[in-house]
Amino acid sequence: MASSMRVRALLKGDVTAITAIVSHPMETGMRKDGGKVIPAHFIQVLTVDVDGKRVVTSHLNTAVSSNPVFNFKVKGAKVGDKAVVSWVDNLGEKGSGEAVVAAG
Amino acid sequence: MNVMRRSVLRSMGAGSALAAMLVTGLIRPIQAFAADWSKAAFEAKTVPDGMKAIGASGAAESKDVVITAPAIAENGAVVPISVVSNIPNTNSISIFVDKNPMPLAGSFEFANGALPDVAVRLKFSDTSVVRAVVMAGGKAYTSHKEVKVTAGGCGG
Repeated sequence: MASSMRVRALLKGDVTAITAIVSHPMETGMRKDGGKVIPAHFIQVLTVDVDGKRVVTSHLNTAVSSNPVFNFKVKGAKVGDKAVVSWVDNLGEKGSGEAVVAAG
Repeated sequence: MNVMRRSVLRSMGAGSALAAMLVTGLIRPIQAFAADWSKAAFEAKTVPDGMKAIGASGAAESKDVVITAPAIAENGAVVPISVVSNIPNTNSISIFVDKNPMPLAGSFEFANGALPDVAVRLKFSDTSVVRAVVMAGGKAYTSHKEVKVTAGGCGG
């Protein structure tokens, strides 16, 4: 299943704010559809790399909202650095998105 | 390492034994936890079990763990939560929603200049305490806040 995501990276002062919005159902596995349980389908790992270095590793559970939004902050990034956000879910589906750090 | 750790945790009763093993470096939960998605931590049904699984049993209450959350959330499916740690050498922030069927909602590890500052949107099954646990310099710190939910986030 294709999933789209948006990444934004804005540098203000010496702190870069990174926002990632992922299109994902984040199904808990506890909801029912006509008596049938909808299987769990949720992002388990989401990582952020800036300029090729891992800055954040997130491990997530079903309690993260559907179409989740994440905000992180990183010191030391420069305008023009590449910020890459990647995820993998419990069914092995993967996605990633990137943004170039811009002056905020 | 992970498999061994889990069997060690299972076979262990007393929290003091766990603390002793942490001190002696017999088990290193932070590193083990970083390696992959921890089923033991995320599928834990209670906060104490989840805290134990991430190596944060007996976390000290701290005002330097700052949670921003609405006092009242109209929609339990999308509750904005942010956590900032002002504790030096913070390695990770974990967020628990006490009343959820699986309280541990997420765990975030920081490196290479990332600030211990994270904002996410979480589902709340009901009015609940939201709890942040910070691991810093091998120690655990925590704070909590209540969010009143007028419509749960786990229904149909």
